Amino acid sequence: MITHPTAGELAEALSAFDDAPAGDARTAFLARVADNARATLEREAALGPAAEAEAVARLRGLLGLEGDFDDLNTELCARLCDGRLSPLDPAVLAHLKASVTDQIAIDQPSYSGLAALGASPA
Amino acid sequence: MDVPAALSALAPRLSPGATTATEARRLSGGASLETWAFDLDDGTPLILRRRPPSARTGDNALPLATEAALLAAVAASGAPVPRVIHLCAPGDGLGEAYVMGRLEGETLGKRIVRDEAFAGVRPGLARRCGQVLAAIHATPLDGLPPLATSDAASELARYEAVYRDLGARRPVFEAAFRWLERRAPPLERPVLVHGDFRNGNLMISPASGPHGGLVGVLDWELAHLGDPAEDLGWICVNSWRFGQWRQPVGGFGGYQDLLDGHAAAGGAPVTLERLLFWQALGSLKWGVMCLMMYASFASGADRSIERAMIGRRASEAEIDLVLLMERS
Repeated sequence: MITHPTAGELAEALSAFDDAPAGDARTAFLARVADNARATLEREAALGPAAEAEAVARLRGLLGLEGDFDDLNTELCARLCDGRLSPLDPAVLAHLKASVTDQIAIDQPSYSGLAALGASPA
Repeated sequence: MDVPAALSALAPRLSPGATTATEARRLSGGASLETWAFDLDDGTPLILRRRPPSARTGDNALPLATEAALLAAVAASGAPVPRVIHLCAPGDGLGEAYVMGRLEGETLGKRIVRDEAFAGVRPGLARRCGQVLAAIHATPLDGLPPLATSDAASELARYEAVYRDLGARRPVFEAAFRWLERRAPPLERPVLVHGDFRNGNLMISPASGPHGGLVGVLDWELAHLGDPAEDLGWICVNSWRFGQWRQPVGGFGGYQDLLDGHAAAGGAPVTLERLLFWQALGSLKWGVMCLMMYASFASGADRSIERAMIGRRASEAEIDLVLLMERS
């Protein structure tokens, strides 16, 4: 479900990093990034399948179509792009909100935007 | 090229009492521009900005001579910036480069929004940012070097084209492009816009004083002519609040302080609605930039783990955009 990068690409970059010689300050920085990548992959393995299944269920209802996640997500993008679906349609926004909430829980669970989205309007 | 040796040879022309340069060291920086800190033997602290001969000039990067001319122009209109000391000529042996004064302060947003040392300057900082932006935006345009002009609609179109080229399917970005397109405000009177006014490019001093904590605005390579609200919105993007999301201006202040400071210093009135449009466009631009940086990993141009992981920051822009759409 999660692309840019996919889990496979992250794992590939991680193994390349682990094979490289250690040493300078740049390597120390990259080591912290690599630790983040490992934690992201663990969260994705734990949370990704359920997040995708729920997204597919929401998309079927929203679009009135059957299909896998890639097909349905592509169709949602197309309808938003050409205006068949409005960006502020409550059902669209509800899906986007649920999807990004699941996504940030994998990519960056400490990101403050999650707390901001959960807080009541000021 | 031996940068320290070239700086030493240049030293007598940078300060009358100097004979050589010492302590030249390269600071962390981008791939396209080098920043060197060095001292003269008379004690003058300086910075060299330099484009290495190998660097490709990006579509948006200004020539360094233009950057130096902008620093001089905005200084004359009252904005705090490093003083340009010397624009390098071919005979200096440094390539495309200039030398400027080195300011004392902090640019790391995490420290500025959290450290106790900055608790004294934080309350006035948003208002001060508004004042400084008003000074930048008031810079007379005649006499400036050639700069591109962009408005909300052209910025949106530019980033949508980049997004389409990447082939990503991110429904939040699709929704945001259409949402913002309908609300894009017309450009009434183009002003000089910094283009990257945010934590990281602002030199903050923990000592309060007439400068109000903001002692220098750095990194002018994205300067252009455009909507003053672009700069006011960009510093409010949540990605540079460093966790302090309840303080929309850079993690240290409120919208009204920023707008009041801007207006009190003579800036053309900017509504909160217009600021929020540019804040949302800022989040969208940041999200597309994250995907662009990831694309250099995917294409094989830079296979580092850092380039791969930054793609996963696109979702922070998405969550910020959903919040802005929901509350609009």
